[in-house]
Amino acid sequence: MATLLFYILGAVAVAATAMAVTRRNPVHAVIYLVNSFFALALIFYLLGAPMVAALEVIIYAGAIMVLFLFIIMMLELSPGEDADRQGPVPLQWLPVLLLGAAILGCTLLLLQLDPAAGQQLPRWYASPRDFGYTLFHEYALAVEIVSFQLLFAAVGAFYVGRAAGTKEPLGGER
Amino acid sequence: MIVPFQHLLILASILFLLGLMAVLVRRNLIMILIGVEIMLNASGLVLVGASAFWQQLDGQVMVIFLMALTSAEVSISLAMVVYLNRRKKTIDVRAFDELRG
Repeated sequence: MATLLFYILGAVAVAATAMAVTRRNPVHAVIYLVNSFFALALIFYLLGAPMVAALEVIIYAGAIMVLFLFIIMMLELSPGEDADRQGPVPLQWLPVLLLGAAILGCTLLLLQLDPAAGQQLPRWYASPRDFGYTLFHEYALAVEIVSFQLLFAAVGAFYVGRAAGTKEPLGGER
Repeated sequence: MIVPFQHLLILASILFLLGLMAVLVRRNLIMILIGVEIMLNASGLVLVGASAFWQQLDGQVMVIFLMALTSAEVSISLAMVVYLNRRKKTIDVRAFDELRG
């Protein structure tokens, strides 16, 4: 049963992602991508990672994609302005499709050569308690460093996204 | 879970390549960032699969760090998109192909 679910969800994820990368309208692409992330979250659950599955829905589908939607709404692009509409589209896709097929073929060949890759995944379940213990005991220093990284990202985003016309350093305005 | 590890790696590589194609082909800055998201998610799928394969939690912890990295990257790059749109009134990447000394 779990095997069947895995293949169905994998097909849904690939189809939704393929729809997402070929949409002209960024809003449609984001919605398809949310769909793909839900399928991926269920695959994570099947692989025995319920905590990661929940965070995938909360952070990726919930926070990051909604941030994308907010930015798309904020930019208020005129409907006539579509960056992908101009230019010969098939000519643009052809080399990328060829290169992508070559890379995919090489990857599949490499997977065939690896003897360990043919083994079955064991049935496994990592409880959120074990997960939290590992995260905050063995990786405590890494968690601190990641918190610094998030702080720097927030400061950087604030600096880059200042309102127009405020050329003076931050804090110069009264 | 009665799936060969191979099939999971194949699924992840297909997703990664879709993201890579989005980055290479699209000219809309937002779509390029979406392609980067897809690629990061595919690598997260490999990490979770490896975590199940070896029955160690380290892969899942790496996914948490990957999510933190992604949110940092997205916040800065979307701020850049807003800045670039303010400067040139477009998010077409071809408008940003020259350096300003």
